[in-house]
Amino acid sequence: MQLEFIGPFEILLGLVYRFWPVWLALGILLALSLGFKRRLGLYGQLFDTGVGVAGVLICAFWLFTAIFADLVAPFAPLDQIFVMKDALPGAVEPETGRVFLLGGDKLARDVFSRMVYGSQIVLIIAPAATAFALMVGTTLGLPAGYYGGRVDTVLSFMANLVLAFPVILLFYLLVTPGIRETAIPQWLAGFFFVFPIVFFGTLFWTRFRSRPRLLAVQLAITVLLGGWVYLGLVFDADPLGIIAIEPNELNIFVAVVFASAPGVFRIVRSLTMDIQTRDYVAAAQTRGESPWYIMLWEILPNARGPLIVDVCLRIGYTTILLGTLGYFGLGLAPESPDWGTAIKESSRLLRAYVHPALPPVIALMSFVLGLNLLADALREQSLKD
Amino acid sequence: MLTFILRRLGVMALTMVCLTLVVFFLVNLEPNLKKLAISQLDMRSSQEDLESWLEANGYRQNFFVRYGQWLGVMPKQPNVDPATGEAVPRFRYCDEPAEPHYSGILQGEFGCSTKFKVPVAEKLFPALGATGILMFWVMVVMVPVSLLVGVLAGMREGTRTDRSLSVASITTTATPEYVSGVIFTVVFASWLGILNGSAATATSQGINFFNFTLPVMTMAIYGTGYIARMTRASMVEVMTQQYIRTARLKGLSFRQVVMKHALRNALIAPFTVIMLQFPWLLTGVVIVEVMFRYQGFGFTLVEAAGNNDIDLLLGCSLVSVFVVLSTQLISDIGYAFLNPRIRVK
Repeated sequence: MQLEFIGPFEILLGLVYRFWPVWLALGILLALSLGFKRRLGLYGQLFDTGVGVAGVLICAFWLFTAIFADLVAPFAPLDQIFVMKDALPGAVEPETGRVFLLGGDKLARDVFSRMVYGSQIVLIIAPAATAFALMVGTTLGLPAGYYGGRVDTVLSFMANLVLAFPVILLFYLLVTPGIRETAIPQWLAGFFFVFPIVFFGTLFWTRFRSRPRLLAVQLAITVLLGGWVYLGLVFDADPLGIIAIEPNELNIFVAVVFASAPGVFRIVRSLTMDIQTRDYVAAAQTRGESPWYIMLWEILPNARGPLIVDVCLRIGYTTILLGTLGYFGLGLAPESPDWGTAIKESSRLLRAYVHPALPPVIALMSFVLGLNLLADALREQSLKD
Repeated sequence: MLTFILRRLGVMALTMVCLTLVVFFLVNLEPNLKKLAISQLDMRSSQEDLESWLEANGYRQNFFVRYGQWLGVMPKQPNVDPATGEAVPRFRYCDEPAEPHYSGILQGEFGCSTKFKVPVAEKLFPALGATGILMFWVMVVMVPVSLLVGVLAGMREGTRTDRSLSVASITTTATPEYVSGVIFTVVFASWLGILNGSAATATSQGINFFNFTLPVMTMAIYGTGYIARMTRASMVEVMTQQYIRTARLKGLSFRQVVMKHALRNALIAPFTVIMLQFPWLLTGVVIVEVMFRYQGFGFTLVEAAGNNDIDLLLGCSLVSVFVVLSTQLISDIGYAFLNPRIRVK
């Protein structure tokens, strides 16, 4: 059966049209940001440079694409329409007259829709894993830098141990179907996911110890919320049934946190060692504040500049790591629409068909580029102050 | 200096022991052993067959005893066939003496690859050689290009050259190997048709421009941007120093100032960065070799991990960890060597 095609210009028009909720949201965001630029602090200053605007727009574009994926994508990510197997871009599906804007892959799925749904997976796992890595790295990096000595030696040795592993080897050992039969991912998850609870608990405890009423409320919220998420993620036993995670996703998540936490640790440690020599730290010590109060309420807020930049870069790096996992077929399901898996699937058939490979490749590259540009602009701004 | 190096070597040895212990633990997990047994027998073997195979080949001994045997500090017992009472090698493609003996890493014995059915050394070292060639060409391309880009960008901060080169470097750092590999293959192999999309012929017929350019380009591009940005930052810092202004005021041309005064000092920091790139390149090697089907170290590692080839995987881990740690050591020593201010301390 012969398929009908639409022209390149119509494809472009169709793509622009499909993204309409994203354009709308971007427009609102841009208008609000420019309108209230003065009051937005560091974020507002980003709009002073071209690099900053480009970074914000690219990141926001993918964020909104992930949020509105159901509206943007014309097909479900796993829909197979047999006649569209390996269809070239712009092919019209004969039954409903809808268009495969970027063509079909070898399993007759719409490449465009898969790319859009792939953004959801990437934009959930990458920032979340980075957030956990940040918690772990900060909670361990602060005492290592502050106390120095034996604490530092032991923690640094462990961090270097992980850093000496080539990432790919770590993933090949840690993300396998075999390891999911053992309890190791659960153990690691149990270990890592405790850190946010400890972090926030200590954070509130040190500051509000003298105001027991307020402290009780905050600690209760931390323990309840943290415990709820902890139960859901580690034991897959969320009493409300809202938070659930597949074993393979937990495995990936833990591996990515494991691989990037030592990097955060090193940065926090060196920042702490630097800031520790400042006068306001000495003043706090003279006031008789506890070490953890100084670390969390004096040192950490003053380390935020480099940390924000690092978080931006790290989300990009985590995206690349996720892509690597997908590319080697580790952890993610083979039919998963995430970009790395899509690149793996399509790069094998590059000789026959080029079109299924390019959308995920460009998507991944542009998202990481957006984050890197954002980090660069943030660094410029923080150097100005 | 000597005590510093000795202490570092000690820490390095300790790190290697810890890491190999972790790897040894992970490859010997129950599901992995089962997978190995199935791959050595066949899919239909019963539970008892698998168990007896594991038992007979010594996989059921105490964990630390086996680690000691692999390391070469515990003697390996000969494998006695219960039917005949004679000692037979565990794997028919690897020789084994008939009496208890020490054969481990410390004796230079890497064990036996169950996937390729040869001793590990026979597979691992040629693969390392092949990867060495790839790495060499990557370095030849990457280092000069990135240093040049960095110096050009950092020479006059804030100019249009600086901005465009900086954005270009940021773009390459956002392009991991599996992305640039696909793009280059599409452009140079599918559309223009001037280069081979696979380096498989490089192993059999030797490397040439057509089968080797794409892998080298793909690998070089990711690191280039990073090194260029580090070089730029260091160059910018050097250009604001007093001695540069003095040289400029003395009447030297801008060209001479850059070549004679700035370059040497600006290249100290990138040296460290280039050495620390090796762990990254190791990941790149795996991706590129799998993507372009080049039979090197990365390809071997993936095969070993995919088939749970215990000895080969341990060998690969040992090599890669060794590479990472020794480059760290070299970068520290080299940094102290290049920078007199640190040496004096």
